Amino acid sequence: MIYAEILAAGAGARMGNTELPKQFMKLGSKPIIIHTIEQFLLNDRIDKILVCTSQDWTSYMEDLLKKYIKDSSNVIVIEGGATRDETVMCGCKYIKENFGIHKNDIIITHDAVRPFITQRIIDDNIAGLKEADAVDTCIPTTDTIIEVYHDGSGYIKTIPNRKFLFNGQTPQSFKLDVLMKLHNELSENEKNTLTDACKIFVLKDQKVKVVMGETFNIKITTMFDLELANAILLERGNK
Amino acid sequence: MINQSYRLTSPRVIKAELIDEKLKPNDIIVRPKYLSICAADMRYYTGNRDKNALKKKLPMALIHEAVGQVIYDPKGKIQKGTKVVLIPNTPIEKDEIVKENYLRSSSFKSSGIDGFMQSVVCIDRNRVIPYENIEERTAVLLELMSVGMNAIDKFEKISHKRRDVIGLWGDGNVGYALAVLLKKIYPDSKLIVFGAIKEKLDYFSFADETYLVSDDVSDIKIDHAFECVGGRYSEDAINQIIDLINPEGTISLMGVSENHVPINTRMILEKGLTLVGNSRSGYEDFKKCVDLLENNKKVARTMSKIISDEVVVHTIQDMKNAFDKDSNNAFKTIMKWEI
Repeated sequence: MIYAEILAAGAGARMGNTELPKQFMKLGSKPIIIHTIEQFLLNDRIDKILVCTSQDWTSYMEDLLKKYIKDSSNVIVIEGGATRDETVMCGCKYIKENFGIHKNDIIITHDAVRPFITQRIIDDNIAGLKEADAVDTCIPTTDTIIEVYHDGSGYIKTIPNRKFLFNGQTPQSFKLDVLMKLHNELSENEKNTLTDACKIFVLKDQKVKVVMGETFNIKITTMFDLELANAILLERGNK
Repeated sequence: MINQSYRLTSPRVIKAELIDEKLKPNDIIVRPKYLSICAADMRYYTGNRDKNALKKKLPMALIHEAVGQVIYDPKGKIQKGTKVVLIPNTPIEKDEIVKENYLRSSSFKSSGIDGFMQSVVCIDRNRVIPYENIEERTAVLLELMSVGMNAIDKFEKISHKRRDVIGLWGDGNVGYALAVLLKKIYPDSKLIVFGAIKEKLDYFSFADETYLVSDDVSDIKIDHAFECVGGRYSEDAINQIIDLINPEGTISLMGVSENHVPINTRMILEKGLTLVGNSRSGYEDFKKCVDLLENNKKVARTMSKIISDEVVVHTIQDMKNAFDKDSNNAFKTIMKWEI
């Protein structure tokens, strides 16, 4: 089975003075998260879509599905966790309890607030799992990245070669059984350092395959991002 | 649903534009699998159209030759995964006299409206034809064949029945597809192909005779002719046809020219010739071609010989590479669409 897990448990704290978590805000004609779910619904290789929201927003999410998605029988709304890592594992736990874990199961985790994901990116994530047990979606960085000393002195420690630096996007995709096994092996300290699920594999010296994202596969985190997203999303009009 | 339309914004510049798609009541969603580049696309891509046309039509996604697979039918009637050929002509009315591709109200993909260079295509369910037993990379040539079929359909209706010798001018893609169809539909007629490049003429192995237009062909007589040259050589081709054709023959014109073409009207009058315009194709032409390829592997194999290059497309740079290759190869460049 191939599962998509849409990570939507964030409260949108960085968004500023807004009434709704960012994933529920309108982008063009629909809430951001609906655009995101639609891309996974269109991909016929995806069997089930788990949407992880915080407890307060599960019924709201279900209402959105009823309103915007004609057939949402393969979409399941579940409660996420307090952190990104916990939310990813909530999805894994749900699959284990309801469908069982099988050898070739795949989970594609994706930020709800990246609605410009393409079918090609989804396909490349699935294909990438033939070469490794984990896949990350990235784009080459265009900025120069600097590393400063960790002592807070405010001086540059090093400027890594940009050729080898990428910006991480999502999806991040995994062989489900390997993800759960490696996650179980992490110490609490290691768990506290997790900023994304691929790091689980990096910490355990496992290969993570990189597939190309798109510059427009942006994460809508701030009001500026939302304005930008609305500006680049066009009506078809008479074209 | 958000779609990506890969639009030509100015010559040689392709940009991903994000579209908030809203399905019309009869629409389905198709994911393109193979696209094929046509000379008309190349004229846009290289900027070889007049400035007003470019200003009016761009930005626009190119390509009107495509096959794909259905990924969503809101009505649940067409199964996911069904292979379909996409019809670029989009009529909004029916007329009992005028064929859909000649109705001035019809729109045409990649001519003012977006062509098929999109992540997915939202299209009216009546503008696709399912097929099963044709390789996708060959099926993408169906639009090209349908243009030939449209011309033959008209020819069949208006030309006289003496068809002992048919002449075809043009050694390009349209000429090749039309020659394949003529040989299949009129097996008893002698098919003579006239071209400008020997290496390309060599591909027409199924034709009865081939000649370079520069050869001395003054002794050859033909009953009817098809012109698939277009461009700046239209004049030479049409006037050569007028010289060689027998009285009361039909000349089917298919080559597009940006300029007016001076032709020998005196001899058209003296010989009582019929000149017929042909452009694009409609549903019925596609259907005939689908049926032909489904049931005739030999024709499918012959058609696939004109695929000069196949480019796998993951990025905009891949798209540009495909167009650049098409500038330099003999026949068709097709794109395996994995974007």
